[in-house]
Amino acid sequence: MFYQLAAAAGFMLAGVLGCAAYFWGTSFVLDLIFPSKGKSGAVASRNLRITNAIRPWLFLAPALFALATYLIYPVIMSLWYSFHDRAGQSFVGVSNYAWMVNDGEFRQSIYNNFLWLLVVPALATFFGLVIAALTDRIWWGNIAKTLIFMPMAISFVGAAVIWKFIYDFRPEGAEQIGLLNAIVVAFGGAPQAWITLPFWNNFFLMAILVWIQTGFAMVILSAALRGIPEETIEAAVIDGANGWQIFFKIMVPQIWGTIAVVWTTITILVLKVFDIVLAMTNGQWQSQVLANLMFDWMFRGGGDFGRGAAIAVVIMILVIPIMVWNIRNAAKEMKGH
Amino acid sequence: MNPATRSPLMWVVHLSVFLIVALWTLPTAGLLISSLRDKDQLAVSGWWTALSTSSQNIVVRAPGPDAQVERDGKFVISGNLLDGQAGQISAFGFNSREPTAFKVGETAELNDGEKLTVQADGNFEIVSDRKMEGSRGQRVFVTASSPPRFTFDNYVEVLSAEGIGRSFINSLTVAVPATIIPIMIAAFAAYALAWMPFPGRAILIAVVVGLLVVPLQMSLIPLLKLYNGVGAFFGVPAKTYVGIWLAHTGFGLPLAIYLLRNYMAGLPREIMESARVDGASDFDIFVKIILPLSFPALASFAIFQFLWTWNDLLVAIVFLGAGPDELVLTGRLVNLLGSRGGNWEILTASAFITIIVPLIVFFSLQRYLVRGLLAGSVKGG
Repeated sequence: MFYQLAAAAGFMLAGVLGCAAYFWGTSFVLDLIFPSKGKSGAVASRNLRITNAIRPWLFLAPALFALATYLIYPVIMSLWYSFHDRAGQSFVGVSNYAWMVNDGEFRQSIYNNFLWLLVVPALATFFGLVIAALTDRIWWGNIAKTLIFMPMAISFVGAAVIWKFIYDFRPEGAEQIGLLNAIVVAFGGAPQAWITLPFWNNFFLMAILVWIQTGFAMVILSAALRGIPEETIEAAVIDGANGWQIFFKIMVPQIWGTIAVVWTTITILVLKVFDIVLAMTNGQWQSQVLANLMFDWMFRGGGDFGRGAAIAVVIMILVIPIMVWNIRNAAKEMKGH
Repeated sequence: MNPATRSPLMWVVHLSVFLIVALWTLPTAGLLISSLRDKDQLAVSGWWTALSTSSQNIVVRAPGPDAQVERDGKFVISGNLLDGQAGQISAFGFNSREPTAFKVGETAELNDGEKLTVQADGNFEIVSDRKMEGSRGQRVFVTASSPPRFTFDNYVEVLSAEGIGRSFINSLTVAVPATIIPIMIAAFAAYALAWMPFPGRAILIAVVVGLLVVPLQMSLIPLLKLYNGVGAFFGVPAKTYVGIWLAHTGFGLPLAIYLLRNYMAGLPREIMESARVDGASDFDIFVKIILPLSFPALASFAIFQFLWTWNDLLVAIVFLGAGPDELVLTGRLVNLLGSRGGNWEILTASAFITIIVPLIVFFSLQRYLVRGLLAGSVKGG
């Protein structure tokens, strides 16, 4: 154990020192080969031009190498594997995709994923907006915000345990120790094993992600609400608008851009949701989603890399529209600079 | 904001925010309270009753005939069913079908003619005319109400017996280097993208923005194959800490570069220009001016990356493995959910140990976290 921590600290130190040595060393060598100090005008300006052309790439090289190895190469290879058999050896055409279309579990996952996509971003953004608007008006708003933001720091697995405890089920007549069933019983209902109810269990799992992500939406939207120019609100007040009108007709339209960013960010997260489903149901009781199905196929029966990669490609395709939208927005922003 | 609507509406606002805050904090509070409760009480009553006396049915085995003593010509076994713990017994029985057949103080006639008396404080006596035989003691069913008991036993148990302690070290081993290493790589790249003009810069920035949202799932299979290949080629294990540190570095870089570039691009141009006039090179400017000024952005990325690597499950099980010695906290918790599904004392204590470090980071460094979120809200986890 001590050895392990020492090795981690050693690697960390080596990594940091290695990076420092690389950046300092390459810069030093570059200046040595193309010196610009103490040279005559023409040579100095030529050397300066050369170093200015090379240096950005020296600064970028480690990052580009890591991005290429860990993100770009795998994306291309996943696409490639999705047309190959389970070991990734022989070409099988589109048969992985054909299997997928006919596979009941995959269809279930797609259906559930769309439910998640409809519900989670909408609810988290809505709650975030409402809470942001409400907490901005009260003196203990910052404390409230901190507490609502807190689940953001909790891992999906930790959150799954927290909520599984809330959904805990004891047979009728026994004392319920799960909060939800205790409330149901207190109102005279019959206790339910919530996470095993097909279809509805999806919503009990979604509640966990909404619980985690509302704080994120709240923080971003709260900052956006504060950025709204006072004059627009004052003008509306003078014109006799009431609270609802001010909020929905004056404030919300001014932060549409931010709402869209929050919405798409949570959408991406929903497409990748895996830990919650794995920990709560592992896809049983018709609660499977794409990311968990993909993980399942990676290891099921020794692992089927062809099918796993094909499912990953489907997730990627669903992400691409948002990716394009993000890139266009970023490009627009940069032109504005 | 509108003084006219202040007083009556403000109460509604206060109340609704209070309810929302309660809804958002109670789940975690329930977990914390439950993890500190006595495991027998936890199993029979909800955590919201933790402060009240709980009533439970328990089965105790009285000492066997070895313990009998002869008194006034009769044979007696006596003792305390509650083992001296505080509590009150309200009813008892000797038959599993009628566990509450007798009130305290009453005398039950056992099947073989022995007489059992149980008092409210747990003291009992079994009296027989003949010498009792056999090796096992009498089973007694009691309904006991016990005062609330809070204990750290659950934590002691999970840290020692359930491998949580080991996993805690593993999580730490993964998270800290995986947080520190990307920072330097990203900072140099971000500076180049923010302040060094070169052809293709806009395309590179677009690529980084695009990579922000690439699902991790796309990377898993090719990287697993790559790692297996590299491991086989060099004759080293494919699943190592070095492998997972580098993987987290690669996955964290887009956000790091994006956050830092946005921040650095916002720094005033004059500082850099005056330094350049004074003869400072790009390297000097970066190390002596940009890096110190970018501390807030570096801190917010570090917090993100630490939370993300500590809370990660997927990368850890794929690239580090699922054996008992290499499981990180999240992986261990998923295993416990499977093997100890009903043992809430173990699950709640383990879960709390898992979330305590991120919660401390969150509460102490929230300022930087919010700032980072606002700067880089394109990526979601």
